[in-house]
Formats: sequence, C-alpha cells, structure tokens
Amino acid sequence: MKKNITSRHYKGDLFKILCGISTIIALIVLALLLWDVWNDGHSWINLGFITNFPSRFPERAGIKSAIWGTIWLMILVTLISFPLGIGAAIHLQEYARKTRLTNIIEINISNLAGVPSIVYGILGLALFVRTLQLDRSILSGALTMSLLILPIIIISSQEAIRAIPTSIREASYALGATKWQTIRNHVLPYALPGILTGNILAISRAIGETAPLIMIGALTFIAFTPISLNDPFTAMPIQIFNWISRPQEEFHFIAAAGIIVLLVFLLTMNAAAILIRNKYQKYQKW
Amino acid sequence: MISDIAVHLENCNAYYGLTKALNNINMEIKKNKVTAIIGPSGCGKTTLIRCFNRMNDFIDIFRIEGKILIGNQDIYETDPVELRKRVGMVFQKPNPFPKSIYENIAFGPRIHGVNNKSKLDTIVTKSLKEAAIWDEVKNRLKENALSLSGGQQQRLCIARALAVNPEIILFDEPCSALDPSATSKIEDLIVDLKGNYTVVIVTHNMQQAARVSDLTAFLYIGELIEYRSTKLLFENPEKELTERYITGRFG
Amino acid sequence: MGTTAKSFSHKYNWIKEIIIEKLFLLCALLSILTTFGIILILLTETIGFFQEVSLIKFLIGTRWSPLLVPKSFGILPLINGTLIITVGAAVVALPLGLASAIYLSEYSSPNVRKIIKPILEILAGIPTVVYGYFALMFITPIIQDLFPNANIFNAASASIVVGIMILPMVASLCEDAMRGVPQSLREGAYALGSTPLEVCTKVVVPASLSGVLASFILAISRAIGETMAVTIAAGMTPKITLNPLESVQTMTAYIVQVSLGDTPHGTIEYQSIFAVGMTLFTMTLLMNIGSQMLRQKYREVYQ
Repeated sequence: MKKNITSRHYKGDLFKILCGISTIIALIVLALLLWDVWNDGHSWINLGFITNFPSRFPERAGIKSAIWGTIWLMILVTLISFPLGIGAAIHLQEYARKTRLTNIIEINISNLAGVPSIVYGILGLALFVRTLQLDRSILSGALTMSLLILPIIIISSQEAIRAIPTSIREASYALGATKWQTIRNHVLPYALPGILTGNILAISRAIGETAPLIMIGALTFIAFTPISLNDPFTAMPIQIFNWISRPQEEFHFIAAAGIIVLLVFLLTMNAAAILIRNKYQKYQKW
Repeated sequence: MISDIAVHLENCNAYYGLTKALNNINMEIKKNKVTAIIGPSGCGKTTLIRCFNRMNDFIDIFRIEGKILIGNQDIYETDPVELRKRVGMVFQKPNPFPKSIYENIAFGPRIHGVNNKSKLDTIVTKSLKEAAIWDEVKNRLKENALSLSGGQQQRLCIARALAVNPEIILFDEPCSALDPSATSKIEDLIVDLKGNYTVVIVTHNMQQAARVSDLTAFLYIGELIEYRSTKLLFENPEKELTERYITGRFG
Repeated sequence: MGTTAKSFSHKYNWIKEIIIEKLFLLCALLSILTTFGIILILLTETIGFFQEVSLIKFLIGTRWSPLLVPKSFGILPLINGTLIITVGAAVVALPLGLASAIYLSEYSSPNVRKIIKPILEILAGIPTVVYGYFALMFITPIIQDLFPNANIFNAASASIVVGIMILPMVASLCEDAMRGVPQSLREGAYALGSTPLEVCTKVVVPASLSGVLASFILAISRAIGETMAVTIAAGMTPKITLNPLESVQTMTAYIVQVSLGDTPHGTIEYQSIFAVGMTLFTMTLLMNIGSQMLRQKYREVYQ
C-alpha cells in the first residue's frame, strides 16, 4: 500500500510540474514576442517616424496618417457602437421578458461574437462600400468595425448590468420610481464602470483588427490625414501589414516600430480600463 | 365618509404559475394601527404584503384574483407608480443605494417632482428625524450610505420610505438581519410611526409581533386563519392552529 | 372612479416611458438585422457565383485557380490550408491551454493566479498582425534552421502562432468550466484519500467535460477564422498537402488576396470572395452552435 501511495504522489507531482510548465510557456512566448519586436524596431522610433507620412524610402517613412486614421476610427466606432450596444444590453436586461424572441436575440448575439472578422469585412464591403455607396471612406470603416464589436459590447454591458443586485432596483421601484427613472438613476450609473471597462477593451480589440479594413479598401499609401467622413484612410494595423509585405528588410524593422507604437496605444487603453474599474469599484461591494 | 380602513382585501387568490400562494383572503387593515402578519415559513406572508404595493407585478408568473382596495380605489386600476408613492416598503435586508446618505433620502422626492434644494433639505432632515437616525448622521450627510452599520442602514431605508410621504408603510421582516440592539431601536420606531402612518409588518418573530402590533393576522399555507387584536390572539387564540403555532408546536 | 393611469396631472410622462422602451428594443433588434444582412449578402453573391460554377466542382474540386487560366474553383485546397493550420494550432493550444487551466484552477495560489491571468489576457489582446510579424520574423527562421528544406512561407510557423493566439481562450474557458464544478465533489474525492492528480483527472475534468469540449470547439472555430497571421506567414499557394513545411493558402488568406488586388465588381473572382466567405461562415457558425449546445448541457447539469 505504501509503495502505491508513493508512486501516486510521484505521478501527481510530475503532473503538477507539467501543468506549471505549460502555464509558463505562455509567459515565455509573450516575453519572446515583446523582446523580438522591441529588438527589431526600437531603433527606428524617432520623432520623424511619428510625424511623417509613409514613403518609398524607409528612412523617411512615418506612421502619422495611420495614427490619425486609427484615432478617427476609434472615436467614430465609440460614437456608433456604445449607444447601440448599451441600449441593446439595457433592453435585454431590464425590459425584455423571457420570451422566445429574447432567447433568439441572445443566441444570435452570441453567434455574431464568434463570426470571423473577415466576414464582417465582406459585409462591410457589400453593404457600406457598394450598396450604400459610401465608398472606401473612413465612415465605411467605422461602420464595419462597429458591427464587428457590437456583439461584444452588448455582452459585456449585459454582464455589468446583471451584476447590480435586484434589491437596489426593488428599493427604487418601491419608492414609486418608473422603470426609466430606475435605470437612469441607479442601474446605469452603478453599471457604468463595468460597462466602460468592457467596452474600452472591445475598442482596443477593434483597433488591432486588420482584415475587415483591408476588405473595405483602406489604402496603404495615404499621405494625408482624414478631414471628413468621406475621406479614404489608413490605420495602424494596415500600415504595419503593408510594411511587413515589402521585400526590403528595412521596412520590416519599420513594421516592428509601428507595432511598438500600436502596442503602446493598446497598453494605454487597457490601463485606462483597469484604472476605471479599480477607481469605481470601491463603493460597490455587492 | 371617513373610513378607518386603509386596505381592503376581498376574495383574494394569488398564484405563482400553477401554485396557489394565497387562498381566499378577506381582511381589512385599519388605519393608523400596526398590523402584524405572522405564520411559518412559506405561508404567504411576504406574498401578501407585496400585493399591497404591487411589487409582485415584477414576477412574470404571478397572478392575482379578487379585489384590493386602498382608499376606495382598486389598486389594479391605479397606476402602480402612483400606488407605490402611497404605499412604501422596507425590505428584509437593508438595501440603501450606493450613494450619499442625503441622496438616498432625496431620490424619492426628486423623482416625484421636488427639485427645490431647500425643500429637499427640509424633507431629508424631517425624514431622518422621524426615523430616529438624524443625530447619528447629521454631520455626515455626504458620506456614502454603505459606510453605516446594518441597523443604521435599515433606519436609513425607513427614512427613505418616509420621505415620499406615504399613507401606508410595509415592513417585510425588517429586523431579521439585525442584532438585538438595532432591532429594539426599530421596534420603538415602528410603534411611534403609527401616529402618522398605517403600518403593516411581516415577522416570523412572535414576540416581536406581540411587542409592537395592535392587530395580528396569522397566516398558514396561504390562508388567513385568525385575525384579531394582538392581545386577544396571543392570550386567547380562537383557532387550535393558532394556538399550536404560538406555543411553538410547529415552526 | 379613482385615478386613471393616464391623467395629465401625473408627474411622469408615460409616453416618454414607452418611447424609451421601444428605442432600447430597436437597439436589440439591430443585432438580428446584422445577422440577416450577413446571410443575405453572402447568399446573393454566392448564388450568382454558383450560376457560373458548378456546386459539385466547387465542393470536391482539388484545384483552386481563380485567376490563372485554366480557371478552376475547387475549394478543397483552401479547406486543406485552413485545416492544416487549425490542426497545428489545436495541437499547440488545446493541451497547453487545458494544462494551464488545470494549474490555475486546481493548483495555483491566488497570488500566482493574479499574475498569470492578466498575462493571458495580454496575450489574447495582441493584434493578429503582430502575431503574423512574430511568425514570419522569429519563428520561421527557427523552423528553417531546424528543417532546411522548409519554405519561407510555411504552415507550421503560422499554426504555432495561431495556437498561441487561441491558447488564452482555451485556458480561460476551461478554467471557468472547472471552477464551476462544486467544491463538494472535490472534497468527496479527497475524503476518500485521493491525490490532487486523481481528483483532477478523475473528478474535475470529467465533471467539466462538456465545458472543456465547448471551449475547444470555440477555440478551433477562432483558428479557422484567423486571417492576418496566416496571410503573412503561411503563404498564398493553394494546394492539397499534409506537409506543414510547405506554403499553403487558407480560405481567409484567399479573401484578403483578392481584396488587395484590383478585382472589378461583378466578376467571377469578386463573387468567389462571397462563396469562400459563405463556406467559412457556415463552418464557424456550425461550430459555434455546437459549442453553445455543449455549454447549455453543462449548465443544466449543475443548475
């Protein structure tokens, strides 16, 4: 019996080590990736890189138009998808009764969240660029990306709203508040930190997406920053992709530099999301 | 004709889906008195008082037959939002809003149209005094309500209910989550309130019912078994079931 | 007799309440519209496509050559490309992800978990184009060192990177599934004298099996839909092969290729985007539905 126990413990320890190693592999890969990108690209980052437009010459190539394109996209996508997504979440959590229609909507949203981003690109191409004749404009890009992240915004907003205990709503109703008064004065304000956190993370995913923008025709040699919604545009991932595809080796390093800028962008957004979550969770000890 | 009846129930049957929760309830709650509703777990006490302010409406499978009149109006032909202004509720577990103490009290009057700051100030002060908590919080009205103790939070919830000036206040086992000293403060408060309000209190604590109420209703499996003055019900119960319950022969 | 619900002296506007309610409903219905839009658009162009190309030839043809004469539209090479990447990614992500989940849920202390989980989230948040770069610039040279006959664009490099990309998803969903197993089940096993390994493999994993499988399916579905990493690293040559050291082309990479080029609207090449897109959409949709059904079954057991 004792030998059996020893060997069982031994196997158990071995298993535990294997699992631990598996977990560490993920960390190692992340470290390698970041090191590789930094190594390749950091020497190419200078003020010129940030303020120049793309060029045929690596020394003069810059990411300015791509940064502006990404910022424009970010703002537009936020303006379009936040109200729609939060609105849908409010409907599903506060108004909708458990009917078949509600069930269908929720399953539908779940499926949409799993549709590959390139399919959204196809949708955007056919619907916004061609049918609505918005052409390869930044508006088309923003609309397409909004559709892409809308399911995620809805799901994460729903979760934030669901986290608010029923007792708070009951207290409000018992005082004679209407549904909208309850939502406006209690549900939304208390859910807002959670909603914002989830939505900022969704937007940062949108910023990193390339495929849908390629589909709707974001160009890669834009030597200006967009001024109106109808202008053609580029974005950081597109520019990076373009530089990777060039044969000259210097452009690969420039691509790495662009990646560093993009990652800094994303890091900032994620940090903002976490800060919001931490700052406002203090008084909500559900 | 000034009636002394606050709530009139006639042939009320209530269902959750197919399960019957209340069976042929006929009773009248008297104004400016404290009425206690007692009975074992699951007898329908909470269902009953939640009918008075139509909080059961929020449960999809709930259905009610019969008539409930408050002030001669059928509450199912009244706008529930207006009804809840006249019939306030304090819940079992204190549920203050995660806002300041001031905002907790001011929310009710605000949504009913009071926007003048000095009027709100008056209401807040008055409600907190009526709920016997003014002295403890008068210097920290801007603090978050969740920083109060459990007993204080419950008195805050009572003040919040008082702020909209209801006619009837419903208490759903208000002390079950509180310690004895907090409980006795609230019991004193309840007795004081009946001067200006009609109070209905659900409690599983018979001694509490005996202490604070003027009338007591005993519910058992959805039926109103006995409903009389508290003194008579406890000293000389009419029904054998009542006697078995108050002598503790079943939970 | 009594106040009616709609008297004008009321302090709140019931009309406003109803309008607001309907507005929110509209937002929710938009999601259904999106699905209809996707299906409608894909169907329309796909039907146009299949008026020129035979469906049978599309499904079982082994040559995909939409631009070079003689044109051929057999989709199997693209499916082959997608599958070889997906299988490779699964080989990387499923075991590692499951093992990480086991470690996080059964073994690690809360402090360790506080460090590892954010790192996994960071991994999940890295844009796919960055993974493509990493594949081409870092992993491919290593592969070429190990296997000198490997093409500079090869399936192996892309699948490794796609595997890393979906690993956080597997780890996080599996961990959720395992944490959903009631502690009482574990305690029962421990009380009988089981080691942590035995509790894990004989109690926890079997109990959370449908959740684990659901996460696998979801991750594979994500790998199928992955675009940029494979476009950058796996190549643009549609062929049927089992050799991961060769270059292939996935369905997604083909769609990108056509969009980058100058394809006029209405041509057969343009329509082929939709046919391939339809295939892709159908595959991922079926897998997502399967995953949902599995998760539903899991939820029923524990609630």
